[in-house]
Amino acid sequence: MRDVAETGFAIHPMDQFIVKRFFCDAAHADCTSNIQWFEITNVTVWIGLTVLAIIALMVFGSRGRAIIPSRIQSVGEMIYGFIYKMVEDVTGHDGVKYFPFVMTLFLFILFANLLGLIPMSFTTTSHVAVTITLALLVFLGVTLLGLAKQGIGFLGMFWVSSAPLALRPVLAIIEVISYFVRPVSHSIRLAGNLMAGHAVMKVFAGFASMAVISPVAVGAVTAIYGLELLVAVVQAYVFTILTCVYLKDAVGGAHH
Amino acid sequence: MEQVAELALMGKYIGAGLAAIGLGGAGIGVGNIAGNFLAGALRNPSAAASQTANLFVGIAFAEALGIFSFLIALLLMFAV
Amino acid sequence: MATEAHDAAAGAAGHSAGMPQLDISTWANQIFWVLVALVVIYFVLRLVALPRIGAVLAERSSTITNDLAAAEELKQKAVAAEKAYNEALAKARTDAARIVAEAKAAIQADLDKATAAADAEISAKAAQSEARIGEIRAGALDSVTEVAKETAKELVAALGGKADAAGVTDAVSARLKG
Repeated sequence: MRDVAETGFAIHPMDQFIVKRFFCDAAHADCTSNIQWFEITNVTVWIGLTVLAIIALMVFGSRGRAIIPSRIQSVGEMIYGFIYKMVEDVTGHDGVKYFPFVMTLFLFILFANLLGLIPMSFTTTSHVAVTITLALLVFLGVTLLGLAKQGIGFLGMFWVSSAPLALRPVLAIIEVISYFVRPVSHSIRLAGNLMAGHAVMKVFAGFASMAVISPVAVGAVTAIYGLELLVAVVQAYVFTILTCVYLKDAVGGAHH
Repeated sequence: MEQVAELALMGKYIGAGLAAIGLGGAGIGVGNIAGNFLAGALRNPSAAASQTANLFVGIAFAEALGIFSFLIALLLMFAV
Repeated sequence: MATEAHDAAAGAAGHSAGMPQLDISTWANQIFWVLVALVVIYFVLRLVALPRIGAVLAERSSTITNDLAAAEELKQKAVAAEKAYNEALAKARTDAARIVAEAKAAIQADLDKATAAADAEISAKAAQSEARIGEIRAGALDSVTEVAKETAKELVAALGGKADAAGVTDAVSARLKG
């Protein structure tokens, strides 16, 4: 990689993900090392913008409380209806009280993904640290909720009673492993998709500096940008619906 | 000593490349799910709308396994 | 491949393992701020946004239900009004037909009466005329007899004969009848 950089044709697809202090001049100071947990970094700034965007849409967009909604209000209502229906359909009636939590996750991921698509911005959800936090929140929440609601019966989820008796211990081991792998796949899926997409865009953008293939590269960046827009929404949807599927196990999995 | 390090580097890159093959499997799986969904949806379009959630969950699970190999590739490239 | 040739990253020797995501030293910062953001979003949604949007949606659906009911009512009224209109229209039609028939009958009666009167008058007139014609014809016959007798008498006298009045008359009468 250093060789490539020395030849003058340098593409650094990963540099866009570097976490650094926001109020810091890279020419005079070291902005990346020893970042403390309370410092304002570019991650902090873009998380803050995500929060502001969500508040703008959901709070200021609906402040008219209009019967005939304005455009922004109807977007907020559409998202509300979409997630509400998803929670109700997947987790059943008992899961509806966790709707605000699911809504929080969906809006945060959706807006972080979409804001990350602004050129020169920072994609917070491409960081495993961010997504593993979300996934562990879901994982721990679901596990504790399941234990609280169903007690030891929650562990019956791992004992596949429809399988032959001899197979059940093996299946139980597999089920336990797949249960604990959930937060990993849940978080890596989101971060991996976003990171891969943005890195690919960066690579094609780097090709644009070569005159011969620059038209192709510009076209490719445009096409991939469209794809990334789709990925941003679909990944938010997938993360949310998987959250609902996991919630169903905790809330009423035994009854189904 | 130098050569051993070079050899290790080579092994790392080859390993990462091999791990990335796993993503092809995920691609086959996702395509299979989407194709079968489309075939079913064309057979019975009225039932298709109610099954999109299952479609996405299935795609997500199939994709997760590909993402594990992607993760292994990344770890080999950058973390090992 | 260790450190990427980048000014910012190069300064931090050792900590940049190539992939910023795997740089554990920044995780505490990210995790902290994500948790802060989630808590903020959760409470904003929970306390402000979701109740408000839920209320708006509920209000809208009740408004729509009410409006639909009102529309249904108005539709019923419209149907009733149309029915009444049709009834009135049908009544008016039958009335009109009845009036037309009555008028026609009255006119027919008048016409018949007038025709009868005219017929009677015509036949009376015709009878009168016939009587007159008969009279005239009878008068004419008498006159012819008279003239013939006179003429015969004069002829007889002019021829130098002595006219026997009674004889001439009988002869003329006989000729006239014959």
